[in-house]
Amino acid sequence: MNILYDERLDGALSKQDKTSVLEQLQKALPDMTLLHREEDLRPFECDGLAAYRILPMLVAMPHTLAQVETLLRICYELGVPVVTRGAGTGLSGGALPLEQGVLLVMSRFAKILDVDPDARIARVQPGVRNLAISEAAAPYGLYYAPDPSSQIACSIGGNVAENAGGVHCLKYGLTVHNVMRVEVVTIEGERMTLGSEAFDAPGFDLMALFTGSEGMLGVVTEITVKLLPKPESAKVLMASFDDVGKAGKAVGDIIAAGIIPGGLEMMDNLAIRAAEDFIHANYPVDAEAILLCELDGVEADVDDDCQTVRRVLEAAGATDIAQARDDAERAKFWAGRKNAFPAVGRMSPDYYCMDGTIPRRELPRVLKGIADLSEQYGLRVANVFHAGDGNMHPLILFDANREGELELAETVGGKILELCVEAGGSITGEHGVGREKINQMCAQFQPDELTTFHAVKAAFDSRRLLNPGKNIPTLQRCAEFGAMHVHNNELPHPELPRF
Amino acid sequence: MEHHEQDNYSAHAERSTSSAQDRDMSEALCERVRQANTDRTPLRIAGGDTKTFYGRPVEGEILSLAEHRGITHYDPVELVISVRTGTPLSELEATLNAEGQQLGCEPPHFGQAATVGGMIATGLSGPRRPWAGSVRDFMLGTRVINHEGKHLRFGGEVMKNVAGYDLSRLMVGAQGTLGVVTEVSLKVLPKPTETRSLRLEMTLDSALERLAEWGRQPLPLSAAAWHDGALHLRLEGGRSSVAATAERLGGEALDATFWSDLREQRLAFFSQEDARPLWRLSLPNHTPPLTIDGDTLYDWAGAQRWVRSDAGAQALRDATTRAGGHATCFTPQSLGGAAEPFTPLAPVVAKYHRQLKAQLDPNGIFNPGRLYPEF
Repeated sequence: MNILYDERLDGALSKQDKTSVLEQLQKALPDMTLLHREEDLRPFECDGLAAYRILPMLVAMPHTLAQVETLLRICYELGVPVVTRGAGTGLSGGALPLEQGVLLVMSRFAKILDVDPDARIARVQPGVRNLAISEAAAPYGLYYAPDPSSQIACSIGGNVAENAGGVHCLKYGLTVHNVMRVEVVTIEGERMTLGSEAFDAPGFDLMALFTGSEGMLGVVTEITVKLLPKPESAKVLMASFDDVGKAGKAVGDIIAAGIIPGGLEMMDNLAIRAAEDFIHANYPVDAEAILLCELDGVEADVDDDCQTVRRVLEAAGATDIAQARDDAERAKFWAGRKNAFPAVGRMSPDYYCMDGTIPRRELPRVLKGIADLSEQYGLRVANVFHAGDGNMHPLILFDANREGELELAETVGGKILELCVEAGGSITGEHGVGREKINQMCAQFQPDELTTFHAVKAAFDSRRLLNPGKNIPTLQRCAEFGAMHVHNNELPHPELPRF
Repeated sequence: MEHHEQDNYSAHAERSTSSAQDRDMSEALCERVRQANTDRTPLRIAGGDTKTFYGRPVEGEILSLAEHRGITHYDPVELVISVRTGTPLSELEATLNAEGQQLGCEPPHFGQAATVGGMIATGLSGPRRPWAGSVRDFMLGTRVINHEGKHLRFGGEVMKNVAGYDLSRLMVGAQGTLGVVTEVSLKVLPKPTETRSLRLEMTLDSALERLAEWGRQPLPLSAAAWHDGALHLRLEGGRSSVAATAERLGGEALDATFWSDLREQRLAFFSQEDARPLWRLSLPNHTPPLTIDGDTLYDWAGAQRWVRSDAGAQALRDATTRAGGHATCFTPQSLGGAAEPFTPLAPVVAKYHRQLKAQLDPNGIFNPGRLYPEF
């Protein structure tokens, strides 16, 4: 299943002469870095979804707002597609270049402009790394809550584009809950401010619409984020289970007890063994599943909650419960989880990370479905799970050097996502659709809903120049791949051409 | 398509609370919208009519959602409730309360007939908003009737969902101008173990100073309003932290009804006998007192200010905009309020509002002119 841009399915793209575009941009923007030689373009050919690579026509690296405005206006006038990219850590190919497009790299917008401890906000440029915001806020006892596992490297502009999550979302929300204002440049080169430093802004909530829009509605040039006071205390419990279903039920029991943990993570046996081999976090390698439950807040409450959770875990049949004695041990417990992906990477030449979400009650059924698929296709699957918010990360192990295994892994991945949709969930919780899950969007949404998405796109970018082909599939594409979802043997949209 | 077959969530609902008035009117509503779109008849979308005063008046045929009601799915352990928008807000809150849960955004009702749809359309949140989040922050999914009378679904019942554009949150506060929201799925929260309210006599300046200081600390605050020479605080959290914080902050005990009276605008400050228009100023945290003729009540630790003033829209908006916020008039024009209740949008922002409205409601049938004259 090739996911590269296919004009037959994804719509025609204008092709402009590279030399002519380059000359016009160089003339209008003499001070802006503009890469055009193949060897200079090579480092930008992919993002975190490295299986797919395309050399962009040009790479633009502006460092001023005026350059971004001019660049976009010229591209708009010439009809050149623009793909915006931050740190390039995205896992869904959202920043995958187009061969006839400009790749707009925002990494030189890397300044923290202001940290205001009294208003509890930070104003930052989009190329600032996620973790750097919390580091800058730390002297004031504040931090920025969303912490995707790539937080050392990923940039806040990409976080906004993908509505990034992390391990603390159930309690502290996603990016959309923690961003107050964004400065945007439209494809026509206009500046616009969405949101406010106040808690709301007049008009439509375009800030919510832009968050997670994968660079398809505008280019974010500045972001104001909310800062929170650091919890006084954080404690973590690790519970072992001899059965994955029991662990899943324990998650619900904790929440039923009226507790919203700061983090609640689950790993299955394969993931536990991988992490233990790599990190030596004292994980129980014989357990079928572990739960990591972090409780944070005011010290006295955290102690009370630890007692409650311990009782709940015992009642749910945990075979062992360990509480980290100090911050060092807490960090160690988490290190295993946070390094689960690279740990699994050591077990297999390649792995493919999925990102479906499900209602928690569906966990046993979906895990069983994944195990069946694993057996049926002969590929191992390790499960890492943001259990508190129902976000699964099955890691499908394969070897790309073996003929057909990448395709097999993608097939299994696609079927896992369809399983999530069937269970009432979503194909992506935090990684975004990008190019990777473009076909699965056809399973999640009906044609009329996709048409509405295209209408939203048209309101902001009627010429389809911003990141075309990502996030929202065309109806043609769904008619082609929708064959996976033929209902009563009737093809949807018989009027559309098929390839 | 496949997910249509799962519409009936109640099949596996753990707790299905049904009442005799539950009714799915969506087919009839879709038909009305189809007809209106064909005839280009503007619709005035209504629920309990408790928040009609909020916004510009709409001329149109009434499309009532009041009978489209019922909780379609509620599983407390999932922290999600799905509810038709004609459902009374009081019914929704009673259902959550029975399971020890609540709406974190603490929405105002402004009358017994208030519906879930009115809460979504206005997006108004109560005193807990700065700490817990707004209506839109708890929005997980919607069902919406589009201009062609088609019943669409965006988002869902899961906490994290980044597939497609976030049309669910876009609907919050759009006042029905982009489509008819028929059902929503909301994140809900357990009620706090302990709640305590305090009243501390102090000047405005020292209240704002302390609130900024406390804002940087992990305190179990869930409401803070300065009014009449006193700072009113609400603490919510675990037993231990609430007790320790109450002891540390001092002051006298305050009856919790203060917060519902503030939220529902029943305090004397909001009295109809005061002929001066009521304004809501939304401002960044830690904004100093503004120089405005009139009386001010400080909610949301100073970020939401209620003002009774004859100063006029221009003066209030200039002062608020300079401070990085915006001003909304809560008194309808017919009762002496401003002609434009909402702060005008910057030109580029307005252009994209118009284009979005034109895409989603090309014939202008959904609550035309509710937010701004042009859409």
